[in-house]
Amino acid sequence: MNGYPHRHLLGIETLEPGDIQAILDAAEGLREVLDRPIKKVPALRGKTVVNLFYEASTRTRASFEVAEKVLSADSLTITTAGSSVSKGETLLDTAKNLEAMNPDMIVVRHSASGAPHFLARHCRSAIVNAGDGAHEHPTQALLDALTLRQRKKRLKGLRVAIVGDLLHSRVARSNVWLLSKMGAQVVLCAPPTLVPPGIETLAPVTYRIDEAVEGADAVMMLRIQLERMTGGYFPSVREYHARFGLTEERVRRAKKDVLILHPGPMNRGVEIASEVADGPYSVILDQVTNGVAIRMAVLYLLLGESARESEPVPEPKRKRGRA
Amino acid sequence: MRLVLKGGRVIDPSQGLDDRLDVLIEDGRIAKLARPLTGRARTIDVRGLVICPGFIDLHCHLREPGREDKETIATGTRAAAAGGFTAVCAMPNTDPVNDRAGITRAILDRARADGVVRVHPIGAITRGSLGEELAEYGDLREAGCVAVSDDGRPVASARVMRRALEYARAFDLTVIDHCEEPTLAHGAAMNEGTVSTLLGLRGAPAAGEAMVVERDVLLAEMTGGKVHIAHASAAASVDAVRRGKARGVRVTAEATPHHLLLVDQAVKDSDYDTSTKMNPPLRGEADRQALLEGLRDGTIDCIATDHAPHTVDDKKVEYDQAAFGVVGLETAVALCLDRLVGAGILDLAQLVSLLSTRPARILGLPGGSLAPGSPADVTVLDPERRVKVDPARFESKGRNTPFAGWTLKGAPVLTVVDGRVVFSAPRR
Repeated sequence: MNGYPHRHLLGIETLEPGDIQAILDAAEGLREVLDRPIKKVPALRGKTVVNLFYEASTRTRASFEVAEKVLSADSLTITTAGSSVSKGETLLDTAKNLEAMNPDMIVVRHSASGAPHFLARHCRSAIVNAGDGAHEHPTQALLDALTLRQRKKRLKGLRVAIVGDLLHSRVARSNVWLLSKMGAQVVLCAPPTLVPPGIETLAPVTYRIDEAVEGADAVMMLRIQLERMTGGYFPSVREYHARFGLTEERVRRAKKDVLILHPGPMNRGVEIASEVADGPYSVILDQVTNGVAIRMAVLYLLLGESARESEPVPEPKRKRGRA
Repeated sequence: MRLVLKGGRVIDPSQGLDDRLDVLIEDGRIAKLARPLTGRARTIDVRGLVICPGFIDLHCHLREPGREDKETIATGTRAAAAGGFTAVCAMPNTDPVNDRAGITRAILDRARADGVVRVHPIGAITRGSLGEELAEYGDLREAGCVAVSDDGRPVASARVMRRALEYARAFDLTVIDHCEEPTLAHGAAMNEGTVSTLLGLRGAPAAGEAMVVERDVLLAEMTGGKVHIAHASAAASVDAVRRGKARGVRVTAEATPHHLLLVDQAVKDSDYDTSTKMNPPLRGEADRQALLEGLRDGTIDCIATDHAPHTVDDKKVEYDQAAFGVVGLETAVALCLDRLVGAGILDLAQLVSLLSTRPARILGLPGGSLAPGSPADVTVLDPERRVKVDPARFESKGRNTPFAGWTLKGAPVLTVVDGRVVFSAPRR
């Protein structure tokens, strides 16, 4: 198995294609564990992982928790409600206090872009970004890539359309980085109000979904948060669906074996028609299964045997603080 | 009390002077420039150094009253002295806001007691800087305010800005505006552009500044009032000022060292380091180049620091939540000497003018000149001195600088206010 030479996973932008390859390959290998009758291996026995979730999450959080359990890591999940965060504790204080309990890794989801980088700068633990603001969601892009690679046997040369709220989407940013690094051809589509400035330096942008979907090997749909409408980004859900929603008719413009992905949670009838979400080309549930495999791979590469082997210099033992 | 600065090179743009002269200071005034000067006096050897009229910062935040945890008049003016400034203009966004004569007087009382450089208070444009009712400019002027500003916030209403420019004329006050269209800047943590897109941070577009600069220039033209554009950061703002000046509008503008030297890429390169967060934000390279061009052609009238000290707690948080602002008093002059003069963008006389003569003229402040009879406010520079920016050694309580670790050539080494030495760099 190839090594992963970084201490943290903060985003896709800073990864090399080889790093991405290593994570995908590891996930491919570890995925098999999920099909066993006894879904547990001792790979991370004695390791402690804290899932620090400052934003609501179902899929990502559950997925990390399952991955941690399957790999025998001890883990705990802290969410904003019911923790000292709701008593006004700062992110750094919360993280430092958790660290005083000697975890090996902190998985963090936060509404502030850069929050994982902030923790990486001030904490000892390995930091995994489980989604930061509108910045990155690296494990989502990795699981999307794994899903594409399983079905298409390759990423290079695939034509992938990413459609929806590009402005606020960390999933879009991570996917653009990953797919471009791996040689796929990405096209972005959104109403102009939801296209962030300069994104066209990463991939071409069109305002017409028909153009984006034309000849696509895969279409990734992004969630449209309904509060965007009140923010004045578009006039109505009806018009959004009519002009930018993925309908069956539009899917027919893509390749016959097109794959439809969605990171969830979906707004049926807004960005995606129900028939498409539930259609034969939809791999939305595969994404979820692969999500567990990717998170197992990330945990393993950052904390497991191979991480220790690839560590160039052993970390100096530091005096641990008391809680 | 006589003091002679002996053997230095005098640069005084107010008299078009660049010559080897001794400077005699007597009773807090510049008495004589001659060579050689003889007679009994305390003498400071300034051979190899440059003697300038004292530098004046039109834009800083001393935080007192109300936020003494961030800065006090004592620490802020010590920082100013260490940075080569003999006078600072204090923005009114204290707590309470300096919108009444009583507060102005309290600031001046404190400055007389604790201050080591001159403090010129700036009053608020509107009561509480809320952007609605005008503050009492007559009282503020009489109490000692040298200008009015709601800095930190824009005057959102064009009608209020119009009235402010009109009413300020009665007291010969300049209105200093923090130009920002609030609906476009809402929630922004940095400049809007490719870098904000890549970082996933909400951006404020440069146009949001420039359109308010345009508005203010038009209103100044219409009312005959004097407007000064605080911390211009956008190319289009420079352009608006340039066109206004060409039409004879009474508009002046300042730029900060951080906007002159850094761009928004710094936010990314530093991995969301909150010492790159300020308002207006660091813009793009084209904006930075336009600011430099504005400095060269006189569109930008002066360099001001926008010194904005914060506590560690205000900055050691997520980028979105961090306070806006960087400290500047102790780095501005060295940065300008190294990166503007050293880099060949300005000559030394231009820089002295931007830091002294012109800021004095913009607000009609004492100083800005070494002509006999002027207040004995003097800044002495060592163009060869190498310094490393070390926030731990700042006199300011604020440590929030994006320039930590920079090695710079050229630094202020002696600051004289009212004939008294208030800062002297240790000899090497």
